[in-house]
Amino acid sequence: MSNVLDKALGVPVAALQLRAMRTKVLAENMANADTPNFKARDIDFKAAMRQAQGELMVLNTTQANHLQPPGSAPQPPELLYRYPFSPSLDGNTVETQAEQAKFAENTVNYQATLTILGSRITGLIGALRGE
Amino acid sequence: MSLFKVFDVAGSAMSAQTVRLNLTASNLANAETVASSAEEAYKARHPVFAAALKAVQNANDAPVPVQVQGVVESQAPAHVMYNPAHPLADANGNVYRSNVNTVEEMVNMISASRSYQNNVEVMNTSKELLLQTLRLGS
Repeated sequence: MSNVLDKALGVPVAALQLRAMRTKVLAENMANADTPNFKARDIDFKAAMRQAQGELMVLNTTQANHLQPPGSAPQPPELLYRYPFSPSLDGNTVETQAEQAKFAENTVNYQATLTILGSRITGLIGALRGE
Repeated sequence: MSLFKVFDVAGSAMSAQTVRLNLTASNLANAETVASSAEEAYKARHPVFAAALKAVQNANDAPVPVQVQGVVESQAPAHVMYNPAHPLADANGNVYRSNVNTVEEMVNMISASRSYQNNVEVMNTSKELLLQTLRLGS
């Protein structure tokens, strides 16, 4: 059943999870804006999205007692390090303005994804009611 | 859900900035205090921030909050002032004023205040996003 629902809701679910994760990563950057030697991080949304949409790597099993490796579950997106425009003396690579801009962008994208997901849910409810 | 961790992260940053603001207030309040020896003179205190990275080694999506690792006292020399009339003056007629750099403290105060505001905004935005997610489909 959940598989049917997952298919009906589609891509926006994965996008929403990735956006939520990016919100967390950007919040960490801004929280550590004054921490010496902290390196700002981010995820490559495009690559992470491709990874989330791609077919899962599942091993072929020919026997009932063959196990799937733990890595066959979807991997969390890779965290990359940001390249600073102007490195600071204390080794911190957080640029608060840039982070704020990215946070705002991410928020708007999150809300856009929510809207898409919301309209899909409304459509599903409409289909279920037969209206 | 990653959004819930934002509250931990932004909250830790807010408490760290509060510690910094507290120390700045203490430094500014004691900027003009004098003592009878260089050792007794008030020394400016500053927090040491560090990213709490220990938890990250265990889990990939663990949050990275800020922690205040400790408070260090400034090693700058105390200001020596010759004032024999002062009740705290030593045998040579000197009093020792604290080594607080007022300009530096004001800058610290503004920086701490801006960082705090920034984290409040992050928290507010994340709260809004969470509430919107909860209202999904209604």
